[in-house]
Amino acid sequence: MSILKVENLSKSFGGIHANQDISFEVQPGEILGVIGPNGAGKSTLFDLITGFTKPDKGSVIFQDQNIFGLRPDKISNLGVGRTFQKLKPFADQTLLENVMIGAFSKENNQKVARDKALEIIEFVQLLEKRHHYAKELSTGQRKRLELARALATDPKLLLMDEVTGGVDQKTIPGLVELVKKLRDRGVTVITIEHNINIIMDISNHVLALDQGKKIAFGQPKEIQNNQKVIDAYLGTVDAA
Amino acid sequence: MSDLNLAKQEPVFNTNKSMVYVLFGFLGFLILFPVLSPSQFLLHLMIMIFMHAVISQSWNIIGGFSGQISLGHGAFFGIGAYASSFFYVEFGLTPWIGIIIGILICAVIAILVGIPMLRLSGHYFAIATLLVGISFQVVFQRWDLVGAASGLWIPLTSEDSYYAMQFHSSKAPYYYLFLIFFVIIFFITWLISRSKLGYRLRAVRDDAQAAQSLGIDVAKHKIIAFAISAMMMAPMGSLFAQYILIVDPDRMFNFEISIIALLISVLGGIGYVWGPLVGTIILIPLAEYARIFFGGTGGAVDLMVYGIVLMIICVFKPSGIISLLPNHILHREKKR
Repeated sequence: MSILKVENLSKSFGGIHANQDISFEVQPGEILGVIGPNGAGKSTLFDLITGFTKPDKGSVIFQDQNIFGLRPDKISNLGVGRTFQKLKPFADQTLLENVMIGAFSKENNQKVARDKALEIIEFVQLLEKRHHYAKELSTGQRKRLELARALATDPKLLLMDEVTGGVDQKTIPGLVELVKKLRDRGVTVITIEHNINIIMDISNHVLALDQGKKIAFGQPKEIQNNQKVIDAYLGTVDAA
Repeated sequence: MSDLNLAKQEPVFNTNKSMVYVLFGFLGFLILFPVLSPSQFLLHLMIMIFMHAVISQSWNIIGGFSGQISLGHGAFFGIGAYASSFFYVEFGLTPWIGIIIGILICAVIAILVGIPMLRLSGHYFAIATLLVGISFQVVFQRWDLVGAASGLWIPLTSEDSYYAMQFHSSKAPYYYLFLIFFVIIFFITWLISRSKLGYRLRAVRDDAQAAQSLGIDVAKHKIIAFAISAMMMAPMGSLFAQYILIVDPDRMFNFEISIIALLISVLGGIGYVWGPLVGTIILIPLAEYARIFFGGTGGAVDLMVYGIVLMIICVFKPSGIISLLPNHILHREKKR
């Protein structure tokens, strides 16, 4: 049984169809990679699923519950976590405080929330930075911060918007490793990713979007050889 | 032992022992102050410090902790003043209970007004609070039940009375009344700042979307902060009414109260528990002495002092005077 089932999800801004009749399913414990050229509607899809943008029509079923059009905080409390493409750390607070705020979504006790936050900070390998302010951290470290913060809410499904975007080459393998470790923890992951090698490496399934529409869905191998994907996505990359 | 276990054993809060002694020493001094100083002027000055510290702390809860700029907070001061005075004048109800009624009324009004207003973001919320603050003054200027423009005159008791909360022979009882509320309200703020609520309010202030993604109901938290803030303002209005024994719309709903609450917080340091106190200790004596020194030449000298001090702070230390303190005193968590 799928953990997330999206059906005919649509959203237009003015006359532009940002997402048009998108349907797919995510199985528990897998990593789903979402690919597509700029403006394909990947981030919009994330915003629709997590409630940050109100969808026009369709349905989003998370664990047998329709979360279509719910408020973001309600969706988060049901067990859908997310990170943002444009990072949103609480800049004037320490890493530990950032992650504790996430932990407070399920815990009321100060000490319990703090211990939980510390464990997650160790998981993302930033323990020695715990008392640093978020604004003092590097981009790669802030990506880990966002990941840790979202993890602290105990999500069953985690949507990650461009984990490896904007960080230097050296940092990427560590972040990719982290995503795999997430899956080992039993968290289902949907990730937007521009690096096709990473997608092929980590994903169980790939969803390809172009101009707001689903153009392909399947295992990485199939996607790699799909002519539509090559034309729309890989083709434009080559041309560029 | 692993680094993780070591980290877990760190104290949750970096409570600096020597700071605690300093605080208790300070509190002891405040308790003994009326005995040490017979001067009624110094007692008055201290009363003004307590009152303004609480007023700006109230503003700090909504403006500093949750990040919503209110320009109409004086309204809650006025409502508190009118609530206790009205029930005493009309029904002979002791102001002790009147204060509690005022706090409750302010909470209800804050929630009712807050629900539509806190949907507005940034500047629009500030403008809305400004208008609400002014409209309360206008309503009370025309409301016959509470004496309209001439206000309510609290009938004087012949002797000092705890029931009527009137003390004519000395300012010392007023001093202790304000001191008690000052201590309680600062203690509550200190508790909030290190509680789950405090963490979540700061999250809402720093990034509302990120806060939502972590399951925080942003609107609800803003309303809670607004209500707490209003509830802190109300008893100051009630006590001030007992102190001067007259309530009228021009004094109690004075726009200056809203502005001073904001100014002191900005000056002391927004978002810090002790910011409002630091701001008050510097501004209020300056303003009071300026008023005395320049005497009858004009009532606006104290305002000019505010303006000049604020300009200096804005230019040289925008995060407030309190941020001049060393980091280990200032911050909740140890930083290495």
